[in-house]
Order: sequence, then C-alpha cells, then structure tokens
Amino acid sequence: MKKAIVSVVVGVTLGVAATAASAGTLDDVKAKGFIQCGVNPGLPGFSNPDDKGNWTGIDVDVCRAVAAAVFGDTTKVKFTPLSAKERFTALQTGEIDMLSRNSTWTMSRDTSLGLNFTGITYYDGQGFMVRKSLGVTSALELSGASVCTQTGTTTELNIADFFRSNNMPYEIVAFEKNDEVVQAYDAGRCDVHSTDASGLHAERLKLTNPGDHVILPEIISKEPLGPVVRQGDDGWFNVVKWTLFAMVNAEELGVTSKNVDEMKASENPEIKRLLGTEGAFGEGIALGNDWAYNIVKMVGNYGEIFDANVGPDTPLGISRGLNALWKNGGLQYAPPVR
Amino acid sequence: MAGARTAEEAAKKVAWINDPRIRGLAYQIVLIAIIVLLGYEFIHNAALNLEKQNIASGFGFLKNTSGFAIVQTLIDYSEESSYGRVFFVGLLNTILVAVIGIVLATVIGFVVGIARLSNNWVISRVATVYVELVRNIPLLLQLFFWYFAVLRSLPNPRQSLEISGSVFLNNRGFFLPKPVFGEGAGLIGIALIVAIVATVAIRFWAHRRQDRTGRIFPVFWTGVGLLVGLPLVAFLVAGMPVTLDYSVLKGFNFVGGLRVIPEFVGLVLALSIYTATFIAEIVRAGILAVSHGQTEASYSLGLRPGPTLRLVVIPQAMRVIIPPLTSQYLNLTKNSSLAVAIAYPDLVSVFAGTVLNQTGQAVEVLLITMLVYLGLSLVTSLFMNWYNARMALVER
Ligand SMILES: N[C@@H](CCC(=O)N[C@@H](CS)C(=O)NCC(=O)O)C(=O)O
Repeated sequence: MKKAIVSVVVGVTLGVAATAASAGTLDDVKAKGFIQCGVNPGLPGFSNPDDKGNWTGIDVDVCRAVAAAVFGDTTKVKFTPLSAKERFTALQTGEIDMLSRNSTWTMSRDTSLGLNFTGITYYDGQGFMVRKSLGVTSALELSGASVCTQTGTTTELNIADFFRSNNMPYEIVAFEKNDEVVQAYDAGRCDVHSTDASGLHAERLKLTNPGDHVILPEIISKEPLGPVVRQGDDGWFNVVKWTLFAMVNAEELGVTSKNVDEMKASENPEIKRLLGTEGAFGEGIALGNDWAYNIVKMVGNYGEIFDANVGPDTPLGISRGLNALWKNGGLQYAPPVR
Repeated sequence: MAGARTAEEAAKKVAWINDPRIRGLAYQIVLIAIIVLLGYEFIHNAALNLEKQNIASGFGFLKNTSGFAIVQTLIDYSEESSYGRVFFVGLLNTILVAVIGIVLATVIGFVVGIARLSNNWVISRVATVYVELVRNIPLLLQLFFWYFAVLRSLPNPRQSLEISGSVFLNNRGFFLPKPVFGEGAGLIGIALIVAIVATVAIRFWAHRRQDRTGRIFPVFWTGVGLLVGLPLVAFLVAGMPVTLDYSVLKGFNFVGGLRVIPEFVGLVLALSIYTATFIAEIVRAGILAVSHGQTEASYSLGLRPGPTLRLVVIPQAMRVIIPPLTSQYLNLTKNSSLAVAIAYPDLVSVFAGTVLNQTGQAVEVLLITMLVYLGLSLVTSLFMNWYNARMALVER
C-alpha cells in the first residue's frame, strides 16, 4: 500500500506538476515560515526523537542551523523521518526542502538523481560488527559469512565489492527497515552486521548484550555524509552549503555559542566578516547579515555539535578522527568568508 | 416473431444519428480518444519534468551491471549481471512464494472451512478460534511474528539439528541433499512424462467405463504406482545416474546441497496462514449454500459422509466458492510484496527497492513493477475464470 502511494505520488508529481521547483526554495521556505527537513527515523547521535518528540543529533542540528540562518529561530523546522529507500524521492518530489540523513555523497546520487550534495557533515566509512564468540579479529576472516544490512544504502554495494575483491564467498540479507536488520542480526540470522561505522556504534547500543559484540578494525569504504538539496536551485544550495561552512569556520576561529556575543567585539577581521559586523556577506545568500551569528549563537559551531551528539562524552563515544579540523590533522575545512 | 419484425422496421425508420448502436459506438470512441490523449500528455509531461530536474530517464539502465548480491536466485545470477536480470530473479521469487502460498492456503483453508462445520464440538471450536484470531491481526505483524519465531527457535549452524548427516536445520535455513543428474538421467525424465500421460489416459478411460458400467477403477493408486514406479525402474535401468550433493558446514555456514532460506519459510507461513482464514470462510459459505436436501438425498442413496462431501456437496459448493477464492489468490500475490520487510528478495524488494535506489529511476521501475502485478493478477483471474466455467453446472 505504501509502495502504491509512493508510486502514485511520484507519478502524479512528475506527470502533472508543470514546475516542481519553480520559485526558489528559499522564497518558498520564507513564505511558509518553516523548513521541512528529511531526517533519519532513529539513529542515535545523528537523528533521534525522544519520547516527547524532540529530535536530537548532528544531522538534526544541521537542519536547525539552516533555520537559524534563515529565520533566526531554530524552532522553525519540521522533521520528516525517512527510510533509506524513501529519502531521495521525498526530496525530488518536493515533499521536503532539504535532506540531512546520514546520506553518502556518491557520483550517481549527485549527478543522475537531480540532486546536489552541499558539503560533508561527517566523514564516515563502512565497518563490520560481529559476535565476540566467533573469535574473528579481522574482516578478512569473514569468508562465507552471512551479512545483514539495509536496502537502499551504499552499504549493500560496498559489501559486494569487498567480498568479491577479496575472493570470499558471502551471503547478503537485506531488510527494508533498520530495526529488522538489528533484530535479525541479534537473532543470529547473520554473522555480520555492516553499515557506516558511526551507525554501528549507535546500533550496538540497541542489542540485547552490547558487550558481546565487536566492531572490526577494517573500514572498507569512504562514506562522506552530507546534506542534500534539489539540483537547479542555486540560491537554496548556497544557503545550506554556507550554513555548514559557517559552523566549521566558527570552530576554526574559536567562536562558540557561549562566547559569540563577546566575539562580536573582536578586532579579528575574519571573525568580523563571519559575524556580520563588517561587510555584507548575508546579501549574497539573500539573508540578514547576522545569519552566521544566529547559527553559532543558537546551534553552535561544528565542534560543539559534534561533541554534543557523537563525541567522546556521549554514549557513542566517537573521537574526532577524520572529522577534526584540518589544522588538527583532520579533513574538516571550509572556504573563507570574504 | 411479430414483435421482432416491428422492432426491425422501427430501427429502419430512425435516422442514423439517433441510432442507439451508432451513438453508443461514438461515445466509446470519444472516451478512448480522451484517455489516450490524457495518457500521452501525462507521459510526455513526466518526461519533460524529469529532464528539467536532471533526473535520468529511459530504460537503458536495464542493461547496466547491478553490483549487488541476492540471497535466493532461481536462475543464474551474480553481481556482474544486469538490472534486467535482477528483474527476472525478483519476478521468479515472487511467483515462487505466490504459487506455494496459494497451494498451502487452499489446503489449510479447505480443511479449516470444513472443520468449522464439523459435528465434533472441539474441532469446530478450534477452527473458529483460528479463523477469528488470525484474520483480525495485521499481516505485517504476523510476518514479523513468523519470521522471528522461526529464527529465534532455531540453533546456529554449529549446533544444527540434523538427520543422519544429510538434512540440517538451523537459523540459516533448511538444508537438504541436492540430486545431481549424471549421464543417462534423461531416461528418468522420459519415464516421468510417460507416467503422467498414462495416468491422465487411465483417468479418462476409467471415467468412461464407470459411466458405461458403473464399475469403479482405483485411478488414484494406479497413478501413484505409475508416477513412482516408472521413474524408479528407469533409474535402475540407466544404472543409477543420480548422485546426491550433501550440504556441509564450512566456516560460518553450510555450503552445497539444496537450501530453503528462513525468509522464504517466514513469508510463506505468514501469507498462507493468513489467507487460509479467508478461504476457510469462503469454503464454509460455499458448503452452507448447498441445500441440506442434497446431503440427505445422498445418504439415502447409501453414500457415506466422506463420498457425500467429495462427490455431492463440494462440486456444487465450488460454484459459489471459486469467484471469491480468486480474489483471495490475487490478495495473496499482492501481499507477497511485504517480503522486503523480512528480507525475502521478491520483485518489490530487489527491483522496486534496490534497483530503484541504485538508479533513482522511480517512474520507470515502478511502471514495470505495477505492470507485472497487473499481469500476474490478470493471469490468475483468467485461469480461475476458465476453471469456473469448467465447474459450472453442466446440464444433461
Ligand atoms: N550512508 C549510507 C547508509 C545510510 C543509512 O541508511 N544507514 C542506515 C544504517 S546506519 C540507517 O541509517 N538506518 C536507519 C533507519 O533507516 O532507520 C547511505 O547513504 O546509503
């Protein structure tokens, strides 16, 4: 039934709607007064609703940061939980304004789906989790294993690549929803559970005995996760892209949600340009000059949202690694505001 | 006779523009033209919009390499196969569950439907409880129930339940020895075909003889004898050219042999147990629709309850049963698309799921998928209509 609805929606939207994205998304968003943001239905650290319906996570914070830039109000965002399968269609048909759902930036998604990735929120890679009792210490010992994973993900394809290139037979069991992947793995249907390493840390927490499972050291792919918008809407693309850049630049300049008001008085020209006390950079993206100030003040800089959601002091306990600033040996690097 | 003539004469007098037949035809043509035009406009517009939004379109993707593996394939398939091949793998997997599910649901449905009418209080109550309980719980929940019930109750491969080292059962599936046909095995196939033809012929002959003389011939047992015996003789004559390929535990899993995956078992169980409740009610209604006088007449002719049910009641009940039974078969086939929830690789899962996601060509993929379900439904309907016509009351 759901499938039928999706197909009808796709068909009707593409067949009847003369212009899906006519006026720019930014104007549409301003007119309706909120941003509709597609997120993961439940991945601790990235996007997770609590029992009161409050969403938390690094992907969710990116949506809020865009709302802060556009409206100066982080509550002006509505979340649409989407499965791996539904996410891109929801964006194509205009059901959501942006997607921030641990989605890997790949060439085909970027070029043939009519979508654009705006940046990289989190540098990830695919990993494997197995039961400790199997005594496996390396992914190269997994010949002949059954692997549980979710359909509609890059994970499915990477597994095939990895096992084939290492000449190991394997079996893949692909479920539509992540909950069933975890349950089936827990019930012993598979020897291995595979997904983005960040996801493995989050999902291990959902198992009956998290301590009985280990995440193997190998990372078998590049999974740059980032926000996505529709192609051909450069105004909106710029807003989402620069929201993330502003957060990274703020961290680099030492501007945090706590000190941003004092920083407004800073003599550093880079900080002045970022916080809008010098120049008129907001104009270029059709926003107020305090766009970046609002982002940092209301949501935080990149390091802050990383630490709050997935960092060492959270249940996920992930260290910065590749996601450290370039100055600290990581890959997070943003073009300057100038 | 006279009435017909006046009508004909009247028709001649009416101008062609007022002729109801011509008018009717004209309306039909106009309607079809509008539908075709709308359809064209719809497709054309969709294509334009896809292009404008830079979304790939067309059917060329079917030739591209899939790159992913599928857990159950009835035809040769590897990651190097094309998306087109994925389509056939999924289609066959769908047909497999649908056919086996329909057969099982029918058997369970008939047994339970008849049991509900049983004079034995316990049997009829058990049947009632089953029907009322199962048909009121959403199918998706039952699907998860059966799948995880199957999984959780079975041991891991290293602790498999086994029968004399050849049949194994664990949470990776049910493993059986697979027959491998060597040279000369063709003879067995030929023997089987001969046996089938002979059984059909004997059945035909026995019916004719019974009609003529009233004597009954044991068709069933003769048939069984032929179907088992002839291939067996051929097997021995050809020098036993069939060997068995056993499943063996290698590393994490069993390899070789024949395997039934837990996803298949879960899906077939859920679909057939659920659909059987509806079939049971249809069967019960069908039987109740046959007047009790028929049963009494049959008893007074000296037929026992078994043959009465088989020869008198069921054939008449079938006429009431078949049309709604067809809808249940169609439902089961369409419900099989829930497969993806438990990772059974049916058409919706691998084609409208994984392929759609890899290629992003939603319009094309969903169009093909919907056409397939339409096609499957039409084939089922046609077959059932044919069967219904055959079962219809033949007046002598
Ligand atoms: N980054 C990969 C995988 C993303 C993905 O969907 N991951 C799964 C496993 S961590 C997930 O988030 N599932 C949560 C859900 O659908 O509820 C991609 O973009 O394809």
